[in-house]
Amino acid sequence: MSILVDANTVVICQGFTGSQGTLHSEQAIAYGTRLAGGVTPGRGSATHLDRPVFNTVREAVAATGATASVIYVPARLCKDAILEAVDAGLDLVVCITEGIPTLDMLAVKHHIDGTRTRLVGPNCPGVITPGACKIGIMPGDIHLPGNVGVVSRSGTLTYEAVKQTTDKGYGQSTCVGIGGDPIAGSSFVDILALFEADPATEAIVMVGEIGGTAEEEAAEFIGANVTKPVVAYIAGVTAPPGKRMGHAGAIIAGGKGTAAEKYAALEAAGARTVRSLADIGDALGEATGWDAG
Amino acid sequence: MNLHEYQAKALFRDYGLPVSAGIAAGSPDEAVAAAKRLGGERWVCKVQVYAGGRGKAGGVKLVRSLDEVRAFAERWLGQRLVTIQTDAAGQPVSKIFVEEAANIDRELYLGAVVDRASRRVVVMASTEGGVEIEQVAAETPAKILRAAIDPGIGAQPHQGRAMAFALGLVGKQVGQFANIFGNLARLFHERDCALVEINPLVVTGDGDVHCLDAKINVDNNALYRQAELAAQRDPTQEDEREANADEFGLNYVALDGNIGCMVNGAGLAMGTMDLVKLQGGQPANFLDVGGGATEEAVTEAFKIILSDHNVKAVLINIFGGIVSCKTIAEGIIAAVKQVDVQVPVVVRFEGNNAAAGLAALAESGLAIATAASLKDAADKVVAAAGAVS
Repeated sequence: MSILVDANTVVICQGFTGSQGTLHSEQAIAYGTRLAGGVTPGRGSATHLDRPVFNTVREAVAATGATASVIYVPARLCKDAILEAVDAGLDLVVCITEGIPTLDMLAVKHHIDGTRTRLVGPNCPGVITPGACKIGIMPGDIHLPGNVGVVSRSGTLTYEAVKQTTDKGYGQSTCVGIGGDPIAGSSFVDILALFEADPATEAIVMVGEIGGTAEEEAAEFIGANVTKPVVAYIAGVTAPPGKRMGHAGAIIAGGKGTAAEKYAALEAAGARTVRSLADIGDALGEATGWDAG
Repeated sequence: MNLHEYQAKALFRDYGLPVSAGIAAGSPDEAVAAAKRLGGERWVCKVQVYAGGRGKAGGVKLVRSLDEVRAFAERWLGQRLVTIQTDAAGQPVSKIFVEEAANIDRELYLGAVVDRASRRVVVMASTEGGVEIEQVAAETPAKILRAAIDPGIGAQPHQGRAMAFALGLVGKQVGQFANIFGNLARLFHERDCALVEINPLVVTGDGDVHCLDAKINVDNNALYRQAELAAQRDPTQEDEREANADEFGLNYVALDGNIGCMVNGAGLAMGTMDLVKLQGGQPANFLDVGGGATEEAVTEAFKIILSDHNVKAVLINIFGGIVSCKTIAEGIIAAVKQVDVQVPVVVRFEGNNAAAGLAALAESGLAIATAASLKDAADKVVAAAGAVS
């Protein structure tokens, strides 16, 4: 078991024939992901990576039975690509692209609410259920099938958390990068709810960062609804206010969104927090009691 | 990206938001000519910089003669203005804005931002105009009125009217405010704004609602479709190193410490800074080399980090996902040779091609310390920086 994706998930790629789409589709196929083909408007009926190319998402879904899509198209085309995937009725859309205008995401989020589609991203590494399905740009080989759910706003920081849980031998049920943008398709709360309901997930690692209130909302949810051990790390204790730290969403604005506030909220909710990025694995061992065993 | 006040006000005018007549001037002669053209006997001269707090710093002045206009222009043009929102060096002044003076009866606040929690553009207003809205929000949150704009249908007049009544506006002011409200929301959406602030929005002596200041921040991700705004960028107002880094696809933010950091990924870059601090050091910068780091980008990153003369040691932390540690290693070797790096360098590689990267560093014969783990790397660089200083 896992969340969002498993070994049976059939995936299509939007932006399949582009350089990013090609590179990461090759790696996903090598990992064993059931990548059934892709969409590049105007390239329909071509073959790419031994798989069919379609003109529209709807055609791709009809021909392949895909329920998930991954998007690698340029930022200025992402709003359209996401909405096309939503209109085709996909269950899961993972948008990797960075740099989408915030107001585009506002419109996308408004349209997507109330549909069957769950959006993960944008500006994220993607979703992986180790040994079963890799959708995104994360390196597959640092993962290990296991029982820790990982959810994070950052790419390489996710890898760091993943590696520590792999080194400890715990492995991961599913890892979800929700992305570093101010408006995200899925929030920490959305993913925490799925992990809480997933029998294969026995503990959760949550990696947040400065900016916004997503971590505070997650803390509230954890306090009220999450029974599994949660280890949380927040990046950006040393970040100065008013400066955007790489991610569009990582900015302390108007004195709000500091790491200190987020840590306080998570601790009040009963999460085990770590101040050092290097301590995630050890803290997980302690919070779960797995180290003692 | 920010706009100067005079640029923002030109945009306001395009959107039917009432502003005073004003002219931007780049020399004392231009300033005097501007005042003459505007006519009248009183003008407000305002220094044009990307920072708030201008009034308290002497950058805004009510003047009553052409001599005073000239004196203000001579005082500020070519100088730097230091405000509570700038660093100690301040911001360079290359333009002043000469505006008709307005009579002020009441000062209000009006602004709009993207509210991340509700995923809406939210228009905020307050009777506490002229002061920092953050302070009002912290001390008396009840005094801030909010209206969320539905992305599907846009701002509605009733929202503006309700806000106008709540602000205590009366008579013709209610309709004027509702217009301003609607136009502000339209401007925000059509011009891909991240923030618009009118502080203060005033009621004039004649009882009209009027925009006395204008602050606009535009979403950088949308500049490709806002060419008219992008062309108004003033690079002299931006940190030179940050702008330079941006050209090479690097994200750089200068800090006060002495340990330079080069990391791939924004989150990991922040996490690395935090770890340096936790182990007793002080990070000198945030630097994300990005996912597609090339040898050239790594070399440039070194140059930018070392252009900060406080840097006593450099920590390179790479978790190779897409990017190969071997590519980074080659970049480091090239950079150390080319840039003549005089400070200790500690490298931690993990992930894609980490072993090959470490081997390349070892074979180079350069004095680069490698670390077995993240914590080891932080300890080593903190010790190295301490030993040098």
